[in-house]
Amino acid sequence: MNFVRAHVLVCTGTGCSSAGADGIISAFEEQLKKNGLDEEVRVVKTGCLGLCAKGPNVVVYPEGVYYNYVSAEDVPEIVEEHLLKGRPVTRLIHGDAEDASKATNLTDTAFYKDQVRIALRNCGVINPEDIDEYIAYDGYAALAKVLTEMTPQQVIDEIKASGLKGRGGAGFPTGLKWQFAANSPGPVKYACCNADEGDPGAFMDRSVLEGDPHSVLEAMTIAGYAIGATEGYIYVRAEYPIAVERLKKALEQSHEYGFLGKNIFGTDFSFDIGIRLGSGAFVCGEETALMVSIEGKRGEPRCRPPYPAVKGLFGKPTILNNVETYANVCWIINHGAEAYAALGTEGSKGTKVFALGGKINNTGLVEIPMGTPLRQIIEEIGGGVPNGKKFKAVQTGGPSGACIPASQIDVPIDYENLTRIGAMMGSGGMIVLDEDDCMVDIAKFFLQFTVDESCGKCSPCRIGIKRMYDILDRITAGQGTLEDLDTLEELAAHIKGNALCGLGQTAPNPVLSTLKNFKDEYVAHVVEKRCPAGSCKALLNYTIDPAKCKGCSACSRVCPADAISGVVRSPFVIDQSKCIKCGSCMEKCKFGAISKG
Amino acid sequence: MPNTKTVVPYSGTPEQEAQLKAVIAEYKDVPGGTMPVMQQAQEIFGYLPEEVQIMIAEGMGIPLEEVYGISTFYSLYNLNPKGRYKITVCLGTACYVKGSQAILDKIVARLGCPVGSISKDGKYSVDATRCVGACGLAPVMMVNDDVYGRMTPDQVDDVLAKYK
Ligand SMILES: Cc1cc2nc3c(=O)[nH]c(=O)nc-3n(C[C@H](O)[C@H](O)[C@H](O)COP(=O)(O)O)c2cc1C
Ligand code: SF4
Ligand code: SF4
Ligand code: SF4
Ligand code: FES
Ligand code: FES
Repeated sequence: MNFVRAHVLVCTGTGCSSAGADGIISAFEEQLKKNGLDEEVRVVKTGCLGLCAKGPNVVVYPEGVYYNYVSAEDVPEIVEEHLLKGRPVTRLIHGDAEDASKATNLTDTAFYKDQVRIALRNCGVINPEDIDEYIAYDGYAALAKVLTEMTPQQVIDEIKASGLKGRGGAGFPTGLKWQFAANSPGPVKYACCNADEGDPGAFMDRSVLEGDPHSVLEAMTIAGYAIGATEGYIYVRAEYPIAVERLKKALEQSHEYGFLGKNIFGTDFSFDIGIRLGSGAFVCGEETALMVSIEGKRGEPRCRPPYPAVKGLFGKPTILNNVETYANVCWIINHGAEAYAALGTEGSKGTKVFALGGKINNTGLVEIPMGTPLRQIIEEIGGGVPNGKKFKAVQTGGPSGACIPASQIDVPIDYENLTRIGAMMGSGGMIVLDEDDCMVDIAKFFLQFTVDESCGKCSPCRIGIKRMYDILDRITAGQGTLEDLDTLEELAAHIKGNALCGLGQTAPNPVLSTLKNFKDEYVAHVVEKRCPAGSCKALLNYTIDPAKCKGCSACSRVCPADAISGVVRSPFVIDQSKCIKCGSCMEKCKFGAISKG
Repeated sequence: MPNTKTVVPYSGTPEQEAQLKAVIAEYKDVPGGTMPVMQQAQEIFGYLPEEVQIMIAEGMGIPLEEVYGISTFYSLYNLNPKGRYKITVCLGTACYVKGSQAILDKIVARLGCPVGSISKDGKYSVDATRCVGACGLAPVMMVNDDVYGRMTPDQVDDVLAKYK
């Protein structure tokens, strides 16, 4: 082996890949060769580093210098200056917005320094397509330990003692779930993984699968051993092609190494994993629906009990855990339940991964210890709200979730505190909203989603949610009444109490929580026919102030609806019947002549 | 779900049909094999017209209703073909709050092709999708496999101009 003195880590997560990571990798390979460095500098393709907003991202070790917004054209400079002459290219180094002194080391940046990475420990660190790198970072050590030193019951006890709870949304204690399945008699059982990631705007699971697929396969195998299963399935969204491809590679490699298949580590334990692709139905993230979908049918939920631990996939005892839940398991086995339980709060142990999105500077993936105050996530890790806008709320839990208003920004993020203020943890989507976001519109957005995704099996959901949606649609069109607000609450209570599965039971949450925290906005739409955030199109009119208009015609040239007409050098006018309220004209006018209201 | 009945006549080739037969043979006895077959059939033909659904049902030995039921339940299956340039705009939450609706509106206005449809010449199809997992780059649109992040309505024309 040659002595490798430097590593260039190039993120190939979905964000950075979309932004051009492939071109950067080939540029590095070419430039290193050209400079005779290809023996001593290694290019490593990693999974998501976290700060997707600033991608493509590159980190150069041993120094840990973190470059943002890299393009293939920048590569010769990095190779010649940094790798050849040892002078980092300051122009490309990540700088924290408020900190001009430029943190050079990745782990010193405001974005990283307060994070504790357990589930994401290998993401952005190793090459996910190389099992040897995973092994070099403790990979398959946990499986070896479990198979050779622990009984299945000891494994379950360890997971119970860690306090790990399901990260897929419901927060059910993982050790207890495994215990139920272990207690169910039968020679055939299944240990499955839920990688359907239905919350739109969340990509925690995707990043784990793309950045560290072996950690999930290893944990599923451990779970299989613990409950007495010999087979498992991982149910992945077909919309995640990179994740699927890496999983397939990882499966092949672990078979080759004997970590999957017959007689693992020479023991009499055998386990195998199959991949099944979800075909784009949110309801299939629900556990009973997911199992019928693996069986190859329409993914409609069924009543519980019987619970999957008793009667699950193909009628056999089954456990189903979320990707992130599994991603914690090997760490717990390697470092001990106590080390895990030392992180977090009384009732919520360990860490949680969030996908920070929306109106926040550092959109990306963050992993924080339970109990971290929301303020720290928004202001420090997230780098605050862009463009000097005012922070209004965060929405967690996606279509099943709720909002946390700005007044609660000091709430510690854990299961108990979020429930106490009427919000929820969810699976990890965290969408930041600012003063320009209309809460009624956001609630309507989520209902539109659940209306589309309802499987239609039970009427409270199929009919009830549609009725709630219609009411919100009227309100945002300025045709709502105050009675509508009461009807919304009545319908919500009925649906929550009577829907068959979690989709319907939680669908009213976004409406209830915005009604509770932002009632004044609903009232403004209904009574004043006004959208305070200036977002609901039907309540907006774009107009040209003739006194300010110079007649430059710039607006009429961008209007996609041909709604603006006029004679050059005299005031232009907008035909309201044609205007689709896209706002392009207002952005274009240099003279501030166009206003909305 | 946006599926409507097939309006474009079937034009599969014998090679495509042979490929499908091979896939069916592979999955015929696998429990839960119907969906993997349908997924691959869609890759082979680009969509799932009635003719293909019949081949799958006969090949797998299951009722046609079952295949049809699955194809209409899951949004991934298309009963209609997509355009040569398949345009999708992400309407996931992260993209929505960053204004992806305005981008979609502009594309629809430009191409005169409503969401969920294909242009008359078969060149473009326009669809809205949920999160493509590149939320860090929101708002995001795709043309075939090319991803365009950090979009503004102003950039729509430039992107469309690349696909003539
Ligand atoms: C409508 C609906 C969608 C769901 N989607 C997901 C999902 O995408 N991923 C996930 O892990 N769990 C999802 N769940 C939760 C699962 O039913 C289940 O609780 C979870 O996978 C269990 O794993 P955990 O205990 O590790 O969290 C969903 C639940 C419902 C009701
Ligand atoms: S609550 Fe909705 S999604 Fe769930 S079973 Fe009923 S109709 Fe289907
Ligand atoms: S808002 Fe959009 S559609 Fe309306 S006039 Fe301006 S540019 Fe045209
Ligand atoms: S861009 Fe402004 S100044 Fe120019 S014609 Fe339009 S409204 Fe008038
Ligand atoms: S995809 Fe590169 S940082 Fe997330
Ligand atoms: S919400 Fe658009 S990519 Fe995730």
